[in-house]
Amino acid sequence: MGQYIADGIILGATLSLGAIGLTLTYNILRFANFAHGELLTFGAYFGLALAGALSFGPTLGSLTFGWGFILVIILAAVLTAGLAILLDMIVYRVLRRSDVAVALVIASFGASLMLRNVVVFIWGPQPEYYSRSIAIARPILPGVRVTSDEIFVVVLAAVLMVALHLFLTRTRMGKAMRAVSDNTLLAQVTGINVANVIRMVWVVGGSLAAVGGVLYGLTVQMIPTMGFNLILPMFAAAILGGIGSVYGAVLGGLVIGLAESVSVMWIDPGYKPAVAFALMFLILLVYPSGILGERP
Amino acid sequence: MSEWALSVDEVVAGYVAGVDILRGVGLQVNAGEIVTVLGPNGAGKSTLIKVIAGLLRVRSGKVQLFGEDISDLPAHAMVAHGVGYVPQTNNVFPKLTVEENLEMGAYVRTREIRRGLEQVYETFPDLQRLRRHAAGRLSGGQRQMVAIGRALMLKPRLMLLDEPSAGLSPLLVGHVFDKVREVRDIGVTMLIVEQNAKAALAISDRGYVLAEGQDRVSGPAQELLENPEVGELYLGARRGLA
Amino acid sequence: MIGILSYVVFFLIQALVYSIVALGLNLQWGYTGLFNIGVAGFFLVGSYTFAILSGPAYSTHLGGFGLPIIIGVLGAMAAAGIIALVVGIPTLRLREDYLAIATIGIAEVLRLVALNAKGLTGGSRGAQSIPRPFQDVIQSNFWNNLVYLAIVVAVVILIYFALEAMVRSPWGRVLKAIREDEAAASSLGKNPFRFRLQSFVIGCVIMGLGGALNASFVGFVAPTDFLPILTFEIWAMLIAGGSGNNRGAILGSVLVWAFWTGTGSIAQAVLPSGLQVKGGALQVILIGVVLLGMLMVRPRGLIGEEAVVSREAQLGGDGRG
Repeated sequence: MGQYIADGIILGATLSLGAIGLTLTYNILRFANFAHGELLTFGAYFGLALAGALSFGPTLGSLTFGWGFILVIILAAVLTAGLAILLDMIVYRVLRRSDVAVALVIASFGASLMLRNVVVFIWGPQPEYYSRSIAIARPILPGVRVTSDEIFVVVLAAVLMVALHLFLTRTRMGKAMRAVSDNTLLAQVTGINVANVIRMVWVVGGSLAAVGGVLYGLTVQMIPTMGFNLILPMFAAAILGGIGSVYGAVLGGLVIGLAESVSVMWIDPGYKPAVAFALMFLILLVYPSGILGERP
Repeated sequence: MSEWALSVDEVVAGYVAGVDILRGVGLQVNAGEIVTVLGPNGAGKSTLIKVIAGLLRVRSGKVQLFGEDISDLPAHAMVAHGVGYVPQTNNVFPKLTVEENLEMGAYVRTREIRRGLEQVYETFPDLQRLRRHAAGRLSGGQRQMVAIGRALMLKPRLMLLDEPSAGLSPLLVGHVFDKVREVRDIGVTMLIVEQNAKAALAISDRGYVLAEGQDRVSGPAQELLENPEVGELYLGARRGLA
Repeated sequence: MIGILSYVVFFLIQALVYSIVALGLNLQWGYTGLFNIGVAGFFLVGSYTFAILSGPAYSTHLGGFGLPIIIGVLGAMAAAGIIALVVGIPTLRLREDYLAIATIGIAEVLRLVALNAKGLTGGSRGAQSIPRPFQDVIQSNFWNNLVYLAIVVAVVILIYFALEAMVRSPWGRVLKAIREDEAAASSLGKNPFRFRLQSFVIGCVIMGLGGALNASFVGFVAPTDFLPILTFEIWAMLIAGGSGNNRGAILGSVLVWAFWTGTGSIAQAVLPSGLQVKGGALQVILIGVVLLGMLMVRPRGLIGEEAVVSREAQLGGDGRG
């Protein structure tokens, strides 16, 4: 049981990082961005390309990577943030202004499909890994074995979330983001440059998703559909936690991660995404505003 | 003639194509004045203030701020010109604390926020007490204070208030208007749009009465209170409002 | 000569089967403004239900009922309708985006079930030897296809006229009212939820029908037939032809299918086998680009009529005076 919980926390870390960006764009831009999963995918694959170009340096302790990998993570996040802004500029912003409101949801679904295929086109459909070295799983508690990489994942995710909290509560831009998320019309009237804030939302959401993607690629594997496979659990996490609440997304990510992981005790692992879906369905039935969300 | 703080000239505007709500409205506000715009429902008061605040396009006519043409400026640019707008509803950031709400008011000014906060807390001591509370949890009257305080943080040259008494009990209405007068005494020019004519005119210097998209009557506040035509426009009664 | 004719018949059957699905989607999106991104899932339910009910006995999984094809088709439609009810009832009361998420979810879950529940569906190998009408009576492939085409055309015409009648009926007018101004419609005593649910379920039932016809025509089904790209194809057909317009749905289906198979054949012919997968990816990207381009330049599609008004609020003031 303890092993499942540990696995759940590790998965939850990735889901939380992805769900944060999803809940922010959903709340501020008012549409469900299905292409968000592809930000994870691209983060991972940018990381792959960069890792091929740069050298890791000698591996650190029992981790499978060296200092260079940190740089890879940062650069992958930057590139993915750029991709997110590009996506907004080319696709979403144009459609926001068109008079026929073919939903942005549909466009995001199409964009997600296309982006997946871009990955297939460039890298191919086969699974990829960052390094060939085997990660040794060591016991940290009775019955619980984790690799050092996995511990790194959880630690990094936690650090990033604390950093995000500080950003949102202590910086001018962070507060502006919360203001725009809270009452967009009033934010305009208060002189906040909403267009800038929206760009920032893509940067934050995209970077976090990218890191989530790299971490997932590090501890599991990379395939072109990885983001799409995670989009349902991420939506579930965001809805569970309450759309618009960053802290809700973190909580939701953890809950979904744990649920999916623990469910393996009773059902076929092939059905894991279905667990997330079932949970999300339940929440929509019973308490649609989510745990930390506002009343609908 | 010295420059008007705000000058609205024959403004025509509306929401739906082909339907004009404002049909040639004119008014002027001197620096340091409180001017109230009154009128029955549907007269176009809220539309007028939205036009001045930059939320609605001017179809014809001009709006000038201290001589500068601001007719086509969008809402977020108005702030840079020193116009603070307090909407009627949804006028706070509910999940942010009172202090954070005020800080947002000073968003375009990155300096002297501390001083600005002190000044607002001086005028609204209740807000200092409540500064760590989420704005959405406050009562209607307190939220109104936050909204006005937020606009004040801008150190605006002109403040626009859209029905500040809406939804408030009579006691609170008096309190709010007292605060409005205090704000003017600091040196802020104010344009108020109001349903509650008596309370608003009591603290105003001058007023205008809007009906069917045009300004019908104007003059010093006291005169309007006693003018029977105003009562007619409002209530169909042959009496003044006093 | 026969070869070309044969190919055209084959092509038309496939395009028209998809047009049936597109018509179902049009009822949901074009007339009711619902975001169903799980089209592939309802198509899947129709296909597999038909295979199980009317197919031969399978050694590895459920089947062998050998029911007449009509029963199989009706069963397929019913199954799709039931799933639609399960998904629709909780989600249609909420924000429109939630339906999108729920439908994409159900499509994925159904695909996972098809892939993993070997006892029910045959797992990754799927079901084979699904029967076609008259397959014992008409031996010649060519004539059988022709008959099948006739059947499909008849079904398309039937559904087209049925939908047109529905849309012009009082029911359809309420639907339009709900789409344009929900508050007003509610105040007149019409329950928007019920109408949306009806529209959603009927649309999904039609998709199930399409699934059954497809399974019968192709003869076998496998989970890989029901990936999200199928949903994307149907949406592309609807958008290209013009949403809100049933003729547009049919025309769009034929055109998009022509474009799809055309580019697919070119890619297959031109690319070496090592690059086939990448060629497929490129094909999807190109189609997506063309589609997005259409959305931006000519958003009403080729025969576009009325646009679907968005229920999203606009940024910037638009209150009452």
